[in-house]
This record gives sequence, structure tokens and C-alpha cells, in this order.
Amino acid sequence: MNLKQIGGAAALALGSSVAFAGAGAVADEFKWMTFAVFGAIIAITMYITYWAARQTHSTSEFYAAGRSVTGIQNGWAIAGDYLSAASFLGIAGLISLYGYDGFMYSVGWLVAYITVLLVIAEPCRNIGKYTLGDILAFRNDPKASKTVAALSTITVSTFYLTAQMVGGGVLIKTLIGIDYHVSIIGVGVLMLGYVVFGGMKATTWVQIVKAMLLVSASILLVLITWGQHGFSLPGFLQAVVDNPGVQNQVAKLVGDAASSMTPQELGQRFLEPGLFLKNPIDQISLGMALVLGTAGMPHILMRFFTVPTAQDARKSVLWAMGIIGGFYVLTLFLGLGAAMNVGAGPIAALDKGGNMAAPMLAQFAGGGADSVLGNLFLAFVAAVAFATIVAVVAGLVLAAASAMAHDIYVGVIKGDRASPQEQVMAARVSSIIVGIMAITVGIAAEGQNVAHLVALAFAVAASSNLPAVFLTLYWKRANTYGIVAGMLVGAIAAIGLVMISPNMTYPKAVLKNADKVLQGEPMQPAKEAVPAKAASSFMCELFALEGCVKSEPAKAASTEKPAKPGAAAKLALLSAKLAATLDPAEQATLKKDIAATEKARAKAEGDLKKFAGQTTSMMGLEQPYFLLKNPGLISIPLGFLVVILGSLLFRDKRSEAMWDELYVRQNTGIQAEGAMAH
Amino acid sequence: MAQAEMNWAAIDADPRFQALHKKKLAFLWSLMLISTAYYFLLPIGAAYFQDLYKIKVWGPLNVGILFALSEFIVAWIIAGVYAVRANKEFDVMAAEIIRDAHNIK
Repeated sequence: MNLKQIGGAAALALGSSVAFAGAGAVADEFKWMTFAVFGAIIAITMYITYWAARQTHSTSEFYAAGRSVTGIQNGWAIAGDYLSAASFLGIAGLISLYGYDGFMYSVGWLVAYITVLLVIAEPCRNIGKYTLGDILAFRNDPKASKTVAALSTITVSTFYLTAQMVGGGVLIKTLIGIDYHVSIIGVGVLMLGYVVFGGMKATTWVQIVKAMLLVSASILLVLITWGQHGFSLPGFLQAVVDNPGVQNQVAKLVGDAASSMTPQELGQRFLEPGLFLKNPIDQISLGMALVLGTAGMPHILMRFFTVPTAQDARKSVLWAMGIIGGFYVLTLFLGLGAAMNVGAGPIAALDKGGNMAAPMLAQFAGGGADSVLGNLFLAFVAAVAFATIVAVVAGLVLAAASAMAHDIYVGVIKGDRASPQEQVMAARVSSIIVGIMAITVGIAAEGQNVAHLVALAFAVAASSNLPAVFLTLYWKRANTYGIVAGMLVGAIAAIGLVMISPNMTYPKAVLKNADKVLQGEPMQPAKEAVPAKAASSFMCELFALEGCVKSEPAKAASTEKPAKPGAAAKLALLSAKLAATLDPAEQATLKKDIAATEKARAKAEGDLKKFAGQTTSMMGLEQPYFLLKNPGLISIPLGFLVVILGSLLFRDKRSEAMWDELYVRQNTGIQAEGAMAH
Repeated sequence: MAQAEMNWAAIDADPRFQALHKKKLAFLWSLMLISTAYYFLLPIGAAYFQDLYKIKVWGPLNVGILFALSEFIVAWIIAGVYAVRANKEFDVMAAEIIRDAHNIK
């Protein structure tokens, strides 16, 4: 290698390390601290994996931690699984941007555990072994039910996993500027390490440690944020109402109506419903998916096989409900605190969905963006969020791998005749296959809109897994035919409805918006008030049928709106203003406005290029045909209905003969899979 | 693990098991109904009874926030009520059936 080549390589390395640590929320001088905190947390999880790996040899140890997890430990692990990035970062973000509606959104995530506690946890512990398929195969045809259960488990896990992977990649990139691909591979390799070497024991303990770190960090943040207002609830809320940033955010959200409201009314509006969740039918649909879907999530179900008895399963749900519920109440303070102290503008500027609200509040609470403590807090919250994603993905990979190895390979292909060594090997190999798939999907989905995938995972779990498990456990007539047909129809209906829903990208609407940004909007004449319109029938609320009148809320009269300039004209105007002003505060705002406008212009131009010539979505639709974002309202009853019809139309002797045994065992725990003797 | 043959049909038909089954099912269904109904009241109220949610109770604290907070309390109470009854009653009834299971023919 000659000198020139070395120089070139060095320049390349330098260039890539600059790209490696690009723009993020953390200033460059504090990056080392972030990496140190990340390193410490990763080191802890590595040690846990090393410790767990030495105790993980048998199948029961790999899939179910040897059924040695106590109720309290399992409660923390379930809470850890559930307080994933979607709820920790997402709900705090929603509250910081939309106030009350964000908090209302969090309620369903807790109520979901009532279903888990009352109908799923104990029977599953009494009947099940390692997977959802085991429960269904107890009285239904083992090969048929295990195949469908495995398909459904892998589908649900993949949806949820993709959302977590993409979310994680974006989070790491936004916070500390590590390249998206590097983050995804990092998450994937770490997660594979936990699963392949440490199995369920490592996955469980990583969740427990992470959940404890997350809860302590949140309590600390709430103490600091709420403490500013003397721990008075009305005092804290009054500060929210009085906050000019909050008032501005509400004014932006309510639009024209803001002109007739006082600042106090605007602030108070933040604590009232309707700023984000506008369609009650959609909310009920989402609520159904949460309340029934959580109980059908394979990585949650799997946790009930890790405790020794049904009583421990019960205890673990109680602990989980305490931790999760308490955490959501804390989130109310985190979200409102972020709205006041950081402001909706900067939060949304870093991430449109508000996911950065909690980390940014941490930075503020420690003393701000220029302080050492502030950046230490930020690094800690970011590292915990990172650990969350890795741990949740590990749980999902374990669930999908168990479906692949235990249900398909051992159950269907080998006909339940596989040596213990072979079973553990199958489990490890499947984990690696699923893990590599997760990394590939994560990289392929870069820049894609994945927010709907979490909702879709819950909808499929609620429409496919839950009806099958529930009716197998509680309905004497349920049988193989009903279960197989119901699971397939439920899952296909949920996925199909989402494909034609407003969640997909519709090029016509995207292009129209891009045009608005680039070309500006013409003047709008004054409009008279319009009363609310009801949809012409209930079906019209759900589908874009021909001849339907869409429901519309009442609109207040609006005054004439001036024309809005296009991006180029707006930039010219802002630059002229910047040149004319000497006030540093005004200069700063103008600079921010210019940056935001440039960003919007770049995005609009990108959209124009990306969707040029396209008029229809992936499914060939110009606009959504199904009008709800969540399919649960239709697909869940459909799933139940098909299980019931299929069971009534066909007969299956084994399903009937096994009923007595299943029902006695699920209620008493006689002959339940025991704990391993150590 | 050597497992004795059980006469599952006979255990199912045993009056003690039937008593457990009836009590448990009725209790589970009523708790499930109460919790689901109470949960769905929140979004329905937010959509159709906004004026009620806006009534201020304690400073800026309004009915809507109190109702949302009460959802957490109600969920915890339902979980607690179930746990107490399951620990005190269902577990005891089940234990008796388990002890006697081999003799039920």
C-alpha cells in the first residue's frame, strides 16, 4: 500500500466517523458520556447473559427459564415487555403534543391486563408448555393447530418487531447521531446474543433490570418536574394552563377557533379531549384491539410459562398492572412537563410523533442542553430506551423462534419425536434465523411509515390468537375446524382491512400536500358556519361506499384567509427579514423558521420525485376504502364468528373427547408442567 | 414423571368441581363486563359529553382528567377483588379437588 492509498483510507475513515456521529440531540463534546452510559448498560446485560447461559441447557430452560421465575420477577418482566419504546416514548410524546388525548390513549394499555388476568394467565399456565400452539393442540388436532398458531405467532411478532427495530434505529440516530444501519445491526446482534446464549432466563432478567431502570428514571424526572410546583396537582396543572408555549400549541391545533379564545381558555383546552383522537368509532376499534390483543400477544403469553404455578401467574399480572398503571400516571407528568419545559415546537421539530419528549425533558431537568448533568440524564434515558428496544425485540424473537422450532420443527415435522439436544439446537438455530430476518426487515423498512404496524400486531393478535385460545379454553363445542378457519380469517381480515385503510400512503394526497408547500395556497374567502353532518348510515362511517354522506363535525364561521406563499417565496421573505433585524432573539426565531421551511421544501421535493406519476396506493386505491385506522371493530367479531361457525358445522371427536380433561386441568392445575428440579 | 390415570369426566361431574366452575365463571364474567363497560365509557364520553369533561373541579383539574385517573383506580380495584377471591376461595376449592382427584371414579 503506498502513501497515497493510506492517506485515502484515513480520509475515508475520518469521513465515515463524521457520518457515524452526525447531528443528534447531544452536542459533540458530550458524546463520550453518552457512549459511556450506553456501554455501562450494555455491559450489565452482557453479564446477565453470561450468568444465564451457564444455567441454560434443556428445552424447558431455554424457552421457559426452567419455570423458576417468581411471580414478582415475572411481573417486572411483563411490565418491561410492555413498557416498550412505543409506550414509554410514544405516550409521553402524545401527551406533550396533544395533552389530554395522549393520557386517555394510555388507559387502554392498562385495562388490557384485566383480560389477561381474568381469562388467560392461569389457564395458560395450567395447560401450556412453551407456546400458543401447545395450548391449542391440547384438544385440537396437534399438527393443524400448531401450524396455524406458529404462522400467526410469526406474523404478529414480525409486525411488532419491525416497528420496534425501525423505531429503535430512528431513536438512536436522532439522539446521538449514530447511523441508522449501524444502530439496527447493533440492536440485532445484541438481541441475538441474549436469546441464543441466555434463552428465556437472560431475556427475562434483562427485562427486569431494564424495567427497574426505566421506572427509577421516570420517578426521578417526575420528582424534579413536579417538585418545581410544590407537588401540588392543581398548581402543576395551572402552570400548564398558564404556559405560553402550551397556549401556542393549542392555538395551532384548533386553528380558526383560536381567534375567539383567551390565552387562559387556550391553555385549559390542552386538558380537555379532542385535540388528537377525533373519531370515537376508531378509538373504540383500537380499544377492542388493545383489550383483547394483549392477551393474544405471543411474547406476553410466553411469560406465563416461566413461573412455577398458576398462583404465581396471577401474582405476576397483579405486579405488572401495578407497575404499568403507575408508570402511565407518571407519564402524565412527564408529558405535561415536557410540554411546558421543552415546548411542543422543539419536540415536534426533532421527531414529528413526539417520541423525543421524555429524553428532552431529561436533558432539561438535568440543567439543559449545555450542562453536563443534563446530558448525563439524556444519555441515561436514551440508553434505557435503547435497552428497552433490544430487550423487547429479544422477547419477540424468542416467541417467533419457539413457534418455528417447537411447533413447526419438533411438533409438525418431527411428530414430537426429537431428542432434548436436538430441540435446544433447533431453538438456537431458529433464533438466529428470526434474528437475521429482523435485521434485514429493519434495514429494508428504513424511512417507511411503520407506526401502524404496532396497531396491526395487536389487531391480528386480537382477531386471530385470542378467539382461538379463548374458545378452546372455555367453549365445549370448539374444535380444530373452527380454530383453523377462525385464525386464518381473523388474521387475513385484520391485515386486509389495514391495507385499504388510511394508514397506507396515498400518492395523490401526498402530491397535493407537496404542491401546497412548494406553490403556496391561494386566498380563501370567508366561510359561514356549517352545522355537524351525520353519516348517512353506520356502514358509511366504516367504508367509502358509493352514495355515502360522510359525517363531519360542526365548523365555526371563519374570516377571510390571505394567500400563503410557496416555499421559495417564504424563504426569500424570511431572509429579507433576517437581514433587516438586529434583535438577537428575533434573529434566532427567524433562523429556526428558515431551517424548518427548508426542511419542508426538501421533503416536498423528495415526495414529488418519489411519487411522480403515481396515482394509487400499493393496493391500487386512490383513497382509503376502509375509513378506520384500526380494523379491530370488524376483524375481532369476525374471528370469533368463524371459530364458532366452523366448530358448529364440522365435528372433531378428539376436540370433544379432550374437553373434560382440559377444563378440569385449566381450573385446578392438576398435572401442570412442573418446575425443573435444580 | 409417573402420572396416575385420572377419570377426567368423573372429576368434571363431581359436585365440588361443578360448584367451583359455576362460581368462578359467573364471577369472571361480571368482572370482565364491568371493566370493559367502564373502559369504553371514557372514549365515548370524550366524544359525546365534552361539556361534562370540561367542568373544572379543583383549579384547572377537570372531570375528564379525574375520570381518566379513575380508570386506573377501577382497573386496580377489579384486579384486587379478583385476587382476593381467587386466593381465599377458588384456590381452596381447587386444592380440595386436587387432594381427592385420584379417588374420584
